[in-house]
Amino acid sequence: MTNQSKLESYETMLLIRRFEEKLTELCKMERKIPGMMILCTGQEAVAAGVCGALEKDDVIISNHRSHGHLIAKGADTKELMAEIYGKRTGCNKGKSGTLHMAVPEVNALCTTTVVGGGIPIAVGTAFAQQYKKQDQITVCFFGNGTTDEGSFHEALNMAALWNLPVIFVCENNVYAGAQRTEHITKIKDIAVRAMAYDMPGEIVDGNDAVAVYEAINSARARCLLGEGPILLECKTYRWRGHGEADHQVYQPKDEIDAWMARCPIKKLQGELMQEGLLSEQDIVRIEARVAETVESAVDFAEKSPWPDLQEALEDVYV
Amino acid sequence: MQQITMGQAVQQALFEEMRRDPDVFIAGEGVGQSIHESPIMPTYGLLKEFGPSRVKDTPVSEAAIAGLAVGSSVMGLRPVVEIMFNPFITIASDQIVNHAAKLRYLSGGKSTFPMVVRVKTGAGFGAGCQHSHNLEAWVAHCPGLKVVMPGTPADAKGLLKSAIRDDNPVIFIEDMMLYFAPGQVPKEDYSIPIGVADIKKQGKDVTVVTWSKMLGVAFKAATELSKEGIEIEIVDLRTLAPLDKETILQSVRKTGRLVILHEATRTGGFGGEIAALVAEEAFGDLKAPIKRVAAPDIPVPFSPPLEQFYIPNEGQLIQAVKTLTSL
Repeated sequence: MTNQSKLESYETMLLIRRFEEKLTELCKMERKIPGMMILCTGQEAVAAGVCGALEKDDVIISNHRSHGHLIAKGADTKELMAEIYGKRTGCNKGKSGTLHMAVPEVNALCTTTVVGGGIPIAVGTAFAQQYKKQDQITVCFFGNGTTDEGSFHEALNMAALWNLPVIFVCENNVYAGAQRTEHITKIKDIAVRAMAYDMPGEIVDGNDAVAVYEAINSARARCLLGEGPILLECKTYRWRGHGEADHQVYQPKDEIDAWMARCPIKKLQGELMQEGLLSEQDIVRIEARVAETVESAVDFAEKSPWPDLQEALEDVYV
Repeated sequence: MQQITMGQAVQQALFEEMRRDPDVFIAGEGVGQSIHESPIMPTYGLLKEFGPSRVKDTPVSEAAIAGLAVGSSVMGLRPVVEIMFNPFITIASDQIVNHAAKLRYLSGGKSTFPMVVRVKTGAGFGAGCQHSHNLEAWVAHCPGLKVVMPGTPADAKGLLKSAIRDDNPVIFIEDMMLYFAPGQVPKEDYSIPIGVADIKKQGKDVTVVTWSKMLGVAFKAATELSKEGIEIEIVDLRTLAPLDKETILQSVRKTGRLVILHEATRTGGFGGEIAALVAEEAFGDLKAPIKRVAAPDIPVPFSPPLEQFYIPNEGQLIQAVKTLTSL
């Protein structure tokens, strides 16, 4: 990973963090943002590490915890924020809200809230990349709970069978809803499930953006050689609950504290400073730039108009 | 013209569209190497001409097959995937109902999903209710999907070509008994627009709205009724979504009487939608109540006489028509 890429990952993670901190704040303010709000706070290293190693034409398929993925893939934060507000200027004209944002401009082609729903679709996009003989791959993000869905197994089998250029990225954040993984899944490591489909299953520290980047980089190269898919399990933790209305009573305080002490942003920041790539002044400058981006996104969303009611009837069919 | 079966008509459409457009590919369980190695089966011969890169025999994984269609179509390919039997669509329904139907809307119109799901349906071949269950009303209830159910070989060929060329997800439902039914089919390249019903027989006394295999039942009833001086008008919907409301309403305004005939079970069937449409928009033109002839609300039984009892027949239609004309 180049120094430049590391610095970019750092700024991307910071942007995701500040963007979502703003969302937490907005959710607490009455009537600011309607609906559910599921955040990836604490998991920024996966988003930044994965997307940092991808080319623009590579496809990502995301899930209900998508903000980090979309920002890291290069989606416009103004349009994301406006979509979260349900405004006409949102990336999907207010039709998807926070939960299903699709940003085709950056090849973020699908965000689904159906657990397991995105994995067969990733098989389809990877099939198209192989069919058209394009030097592109697909990355599919999902959580640990998803791997108990039948669609996960159907899709991995099909992808392995046809050597499709797809990386299945499991963000194992310890919980599925309010259930701890060990209460609902017999195996300790999701990565071992890859064995059943004769594909590599790797485990990486999901709080280490550099490690994630390197893992994706080599997996991508493998995909482009036609050697088929891999399953990458990123061990991480979600600081927030399943929605901002989640009281997180099931998450022990000391567990949250321990993971917060392993903050992925602080980790990379420390490494960059140690390597002399980042100074205190740089940090202040980057923080200011990120704050400005988030503020202007909120400003854009606030000032944007609601959609006309008739627009609800559009975009069902071509 | 040529005299071919509907199975062959579907097959011709697949061959011709695959030759015409390299973005069209086929996938499903046994669409290449098949246990039904017969020249009248729809995917017969495709593997030989187009090879395994475009004719994909899949694992037994309905959800993955449908997802393959969703993901490859958003990338610009034109997948034609097959779900072996209509009841198995329940396993693929997450991809069809939550993804194929909705992702265009959720993208704010930025993404398109030009995919076709071919589904085999229909009672009458002794396979019982987990293989035979007409579920067209389920998919027609989902905005974002188009639903096509041809009743003749010529319609099947022309409509399937339109389905493959359509930029929306199309559920194309083929009745398996019709695979063996011959009909006249044009030899030249032609397509039939989706969303346009066809008046298969003109009549002045009663409108019979039907589709798919029940078209044959309607014709048999028409012949009998003609002998008694009753002329039914047969409206073949061909497409359930989008629905050709105008053709239905015009016919009902002409005859003043409506019978809806479908093989699917009665309660919650698509016939109720047509009845409601006519009640809302042509009530004043009706000379008699609307009637439905449909299967009883039971799963399709196995025993041959019970299975025949399940499938609506011309006797029931004749009785329904006579009830209305006597009022």
